[in-house]
Formats: sequence, C-alpha cells, structure tokens
Amino acid sequence: MTIKQRDFLHSMWDFFCSLKLTMFLLISLAVISIIGTIIPQGPPPPEYLVTISQTKQQLYQALGFFDMYHSWWFVLLLYLLTVNLVACSIKRLPHIWKIISQPALVLSSGLEQSLANKASFKCSDRPDVLKEKLTTFLSSEFARPVVTEADGDWHLFAQKTPWCRLSVYFVHLSVIVIFIGAMIGSLFGYKGFVNILEGQSISKVMTRSGKEIDLGFSLRCDQFSVALYKNGAPKEFKSILTVLENGVPVPDYTNARVIVNDPLTYKGITFYQSSYGNAGSYFFTVSGLDGKDSIPVTLDTNTSATLPDGSTMSVVEATDDVSQFIPNLSGPAAQVEIRGPQGGSEKVVVYANYPEMNIQHAREHKGALVLQYKGAQKQMYTGLQVAKDPGVWIVWLGCALMVLGIYGAFLMSHRRIWIRIQNGHVTIGGNASKNQAAFEHYFGGLASKLKKQLTGEEQL
Amino acid sequence: MTSSLLFNVNTIAYLISMLLFFAFMASRAKALGTAGIAVAYFGLLAQTGAIALRWKESYDMGVGHAPLSNLYESVVFFSWTIVLIFALLDLKYKYRVIGAFVMPFALLGMTWAQLGMNSGIEPLVPALQSNWLLYHVITCFLGYAAFAVACGISIMYLIKANHDESGQKAGESSIMSMFPPIRVLDDLNYRAIMIGFPLLTLGIITGAAWANYAWGTYWSWDPKETWSLIVWFVYAAFLHARFTRGWVGKRAAWLSIIGFAATIFCYLGVNLFLSGLHSYGGGGKM
Ligand code: HEM
Repeated sequence: MTIKQRDFLHSMWDFFCSLKLTMFLLISLAVISIIGTIIPQGPPPPEYLVTISQTKQQLYQALGFFDMYHSWWFVLLLYLLTVNLVACSIKRLPHIWKIISQPALVLSSGLEQSLANKASFKCSDRPDVLKEKLTTFLSSEFARPVVTEADGDWHLFAQKTPWCRLSVYFVHLSVIVIFIGAMIGSLFGYKGFVNILEGQSISKVMTRSGKEIDLGFSLRCDQFSVALYKNGAPKEFKSILTVLENGVPVPDYTNARVIVNDPLTYKGITFYQSSYGNAGSYFFTVSGLDGKDSIPVTLDTNTSATLPDGSTMSVVEATDDVSQFIPNLSGPAAQVEIRGPQGGSEKVVVYANYPEMNIQHAREHKGALVLQYKGAQKQMYTGLQVAKDPGVWIVWLGCALMVLGIYGAFLMSHRRIWIRIQNGHVTIGGNASKNQAAFEHYFGGLASKLKKQLTGEEQL
Repeated sequence: MTSSLLFNVNTIAYLISMLLFFAFMASRAKALGTAGIAVAYFGLLAQTGAIALRWKESYDMGVGHAPLSNLYESVVFFSWTIVLIFALLDLKYKYRVIGAFVMPFALLGMTWAQLGMNSGIEPLVPALQSNWLLYHVITCFLGYAAFAVACGISIMYLIKANHDESGQKAGESSIMSMFPPIRVLDDLNYRAIMIGFPLLTLGIITGAAWANYAWGTYWSWDPKETWSLIVWFVYAAFLHARFTRGWVGKRAAWLSIIGFAATIFCYLGVNLFLSGLHSYGGGGKM
C-alpha cells in the first residue's frame, strides 16, 4: 500500500467515525422523509396526477418520489447510517471496554486531579486497621472494593453498574437488528390481499406486487356481518372463517372469528379483516313499451349488460326500501346507469313496486325499452389482508434491545469511588458517568458519613 | 358534577396559573410563584378528576372506553400530560419561572378543546377497539409533553443567551435574573428530552406492534408513522449533539424547538393536511 492510499483509507475511516456525519445523516433523513408524506406513495392515483404538470410527473418518476422509501438514495442514506454506527462503535468500544474491564485501581495524584468529587481528612488509625474499616464501610455503603498496595500506600476501589456504559452500544446494535429483521421480512415474506365470497373458499392470494401465491391450504368464509351502533356508526366487522387442509376443516381453525384488531394466524400466515362488499346479483327485465318481448337481465356489482338497443347498463346502487330516499314510495329500487351506443350516459331509478312509473319514465325519455326491477340476491364477501413476515420477531427483539438499551443509557450511571490511605490522610474521590448533580449529592453524604465514623467529626 | 363542568374549572385554573407565573416573572415576588404552582396543581387535580369522570360517563352511556378516542379527548390528555411533566420537573428542581413558558401550551390545548371542538362522547369505531390504543396513546403523549416542556425551556435558553451576549449583567434586568443560568437551562432541556425520547421510542414501538397486530404490517410509511420517525430522528440528533463540538448551546436549543414543531405537526398537521391511516380527526380505514 502506498502512503497515499493509506492516507485515503485513513481519511475515509475518520469520515465514517465522525459524529458530524451522524448529525448530517439524522437530520437529512428527517428532512428527506417529509417528501414521502406529501407525495402519495405507491402507484399514483389519477386524481393526484391531474393536479401536477407532466414535467413534474416525469421528474418525480425519475427521482423515485412515488416510492421514495425504497429509492436508491433513501436506502443509501440508511446504509450510510449503518456504516457510521458500526464505525463509531468499533472506534469507541475498546476504550469503553478498557474502562470496564481494567479500572484504575489506584488513586494517583493525576487521577485525583481529574475527579470532580473529592474529600480528604486526617486520621490517626494505623493504615492496616484503617484499610479494614474502609473495606467494611465501602462494602456496606456502596460496593465491595478491590484493595491494592502501591508504594506503601493502600488504595481501595469500588464501582457500581460498570456495564451500563455498554447500553449505548446496545441501542446502536438494536438499530441494526431491526434493519436485519426488516430485510428478512421483505426477502422471505409478503403482503397480500384476498376477497372471499360467503360460502366459498380460496387457496391463493394476490400480493401487492401482483404475484399469485399458493397458500398450501384453503380458507373458507362462512359468514360476514356488520354490526352498527344505535347512531349508525359501525361497531364491528366480523368474518367467520374456516381453514381447510385437503378440503377437511382443521379442528382449531373451524368457524374462527376474525374482526378488526383480532386476526387469524395459521402456519405463519395471518389474515386481517380489512374490507367487505356485496357481490350479490340484481335482477331486471327489459321489454318494449307495450310490455311485450320481456327478457330477464341479471347483473352483479361490477358487470354491465348490453340491452337489445345496443346500450349498456350497470347498477350504481340498490336498496330494499326506497322510502329512505323518496319518502312516499316503498319497496325495492335500483339506480342504474345506461350508456347509449353513441356514448353519453344517464342515471335512472328503476322500481320494483311501480311498473307504471318505469313505463312513464321510458315514455318521457323517448326510449323504446322499459326496465323493471325484480329485486336482488345479497351475497357478501369479506376482504382480508394477508401477511407473512418471518422477520417480525427479529424486529421485536431489536425493539426490546433498544428499550432496554435506552433505559440503561439514560437512567443508569456507572459510579466509581476511590480511597487512598497515605501519611495518615484518607482521601476519597469519585465520579459518575451520568447525572453528576445526583452523584455530587450522594458523594457528599458518603464522605461526611465516612469522616464521622473515622474521626467522630461532623463537618468535612 | 359533570366532566364538562370540571374541564371548565380546570381550564380557568390553567389560565390563572399562567397569569400568576407572568406576574411572578415581572414582579419577582416569591409568593406569586408559589401561588402559580399551587393553582397549576389544583388545575391538574381537577383535570385528572374530569378525565376519570368522562371515562365513567362513557360507561354510563353504554359505550365505555378510555377517553382517548378522538381529537377532543387527545388534546385534553395532551394538556394533562404537559402539566404532569412540568409538575414532576417542579417537584425535582423548583424552577417556578419555567411555568410561564410551559403553562401557555397546556392552556392553549384546553382552550382550543373547550371552545373549538365537539366534546360529545362517541362510541369506539372498530379500528380503535384494542388495548394497544391505551399503551400507544399514553406513551406517545407523555413523550410529546416532555418535548413541550423542553421546548419552553429552550425558548428561555435562547432569550437568556441572547440577553447575556448583548452584554448586560444578570441582575440588571429584573426578568432575566429570574431565569435559571443558561448552563442549568441547557441541562434541564437535556433532561426533559431524556424523559421524552424513551417515551416516544416506546410510543413508536407500541404503535408498530399495534399496526402489526391489526393490519399485519408494523411499518407502512403512512404519513403519521413517517412523521413520528422524523421527530425521533430530530431528537436522536439532539442527543448526539452533546458529543459534537459546535452542536451544543444555541443549536441544541433550536433543535429542541424544531423537534417540538415537528411533534406538533406529527400530532395535528398530519391529520389536517395529509391523509393516512390514523383516525384522530377523521378519515381512516376500517
Ligand atoms: C448514524 C448512526 C449513529 C452513530 C454513528 C451514533 C454514534 C453515537 C456515539 C458515538 C455515541 C456516544 C457514545 C459514548 O458515550 O461513547 C452515541 C450515543 C447515543 N446514541 Fe447514537 N449513534 C447513531 C445513531 C443512533 C440512533 C439512531 C439512536 C436512536 C436511538 C441513537 C441513540 C443514542 C443514544 C441514546 C446515545 C446516548 C446519548 C446520551 O448518553 O446522552 N444513536 N451515539
């Protein structure tokens, strides 16, 4: 390696270890993430596209703004964050590890100067007696000390929760664990969707990316129902589902209830209540103005039928009781849309109980055909979201690690106390990695208690 | 006694408390500060009672649920958590004057809720029928409240720092001498965020857990989720600012203020300006 190369590697390393980079990355991520909360993500809906210009649309497409959290530049930032995190940890961990594993056992004068909390007083006891007293004192008041002899003086060292200095690294590690979990989920899992008609079963679902996945078992929808509160607001959406293996119901998964916030999981695949609809049929007849040549027409929600005069017809809405819309009428009615063969469309209400109104309508509109509504047969379907995510447990593990790590990082403190016995003087010093004010208070109390025990004097 | 009457008492108490704190700041009469905090405690107590009463009233109506289910209830709860966090800080550090910068947030929330919102108790829509709602909302709002307190402290920091820089000695100006030294304000800001950050983290995690439980995805980059992550990034930056020379003092105070602005946007702006899955303030899926 040439010197130049080494310099380059060195500066790269410094770059990735720098906390300035951390600040830059965290703030950049915060700012950039805003884009995706303003521009809708996923295939852009046509209503949105008409609000922006063609150029803007192409620009957004090219920059990946319609799926920005998966765009290369966003993912790059996340990778940089990870590298930064790992580099920082590699650089600092050895130092922290040394503080934990090889603590300074001797209170040298250099160390003494660096400590914010210290106290010193005269004591006439013999050093070895003092040593025993101090050991007992520290053990009962703080933690068992390590006793060392250096240059004829006795040194005691005691500490509490040294390992909490590692908490920050657990927080950082947790970020990486969560990333790994998310990656496993996106590689080996899928999110999908399926509609099941009441009484029918499915064995395949469609993923969001449009791939068909074979479940390896079947799922039947026995029933779907909606319950309402008195004020008409929805109270419960409920599907009754049965899992079938080779057509045979699985005992614990028969007539299982699935509602919003209470899904069904079978073989690692979870089904969530997500939507519903009516896939029932609507029945009509079409005839001439004189009522002759009547033919039946059957429609469902999503299909249209071609009528004898070449126009097409589809159902917009239907009701069992029209009185809630038109107070002096009653019985079933359907609103249908008729598209003329030359284009143009109109919406017409067709009644079941009032054939004469249907005829009159046809006359008024110079039509040659009369529609009659014969009622509907309801068939509900349930819309289920389907998810398989083998990485989710790793994500929760990461989250748990993060919470514990943050607890340790913020609420725990590595506290150390040193005592030196030298020339009839007892010197005590201490420091803490967190919450200096509280430690100062604690240290003051500890030192005066010690002095009182050894010398009987109150004040330091 | 009804909860809505008690909420009015509590709102007026916050108003009086804020005015007392202002008077305390202007006059430096210690008694006013004590009165300010006493009235704030009284208001907190009244609000606690009112929230509990509203909870009970919902059961009496047959639609029993924790009062955390719509914008009105969440604003009330937010206001409650702000005063709670302030009270905890006061018990520990006794810098009364902070009240003049924190009580306005609580008062603003209560006034808006009482005067501008429909306070009727409504039944819980299916999407919110989960215990996760409780864990998620409580942790999030306690976090938000800690950030509100940190924001108030940061504003004090900037005022004080600018004042110190402009060369006047402390003590010359009566109001400034009431403020804690900037070193203390900086430390309090950090402490408030040390309370808020873990709570926000828990809030995001419980939200993710709930989303996973209810929809099968712990993270779907919905605007509310994304904004909570933005807030989290800002405060993570704040925490790291301690270790980076050049990013302390005023810049840290600004980060804390920006963080709270992002918090408020996450809480209200997302519902008002952006669409998504979260159902406070209308919209939402099943
Ligand atoms: C770009 C990635 C990151 C890098 C390089 C980084 C680096 C660091 C470093 C070097 C420290 C100081 C450790 C010490 O005391 O020796 C630290 C502290 C900390 N970091 Fe990070 N960090 C990163 C991301 C994060 C994230 C995403 C979080 C979110 C939870 C986080 C949370 C913390 C916490 C809580 C502390 C302790 C702060 C304190 O004690 O006040 N870090 N980080």
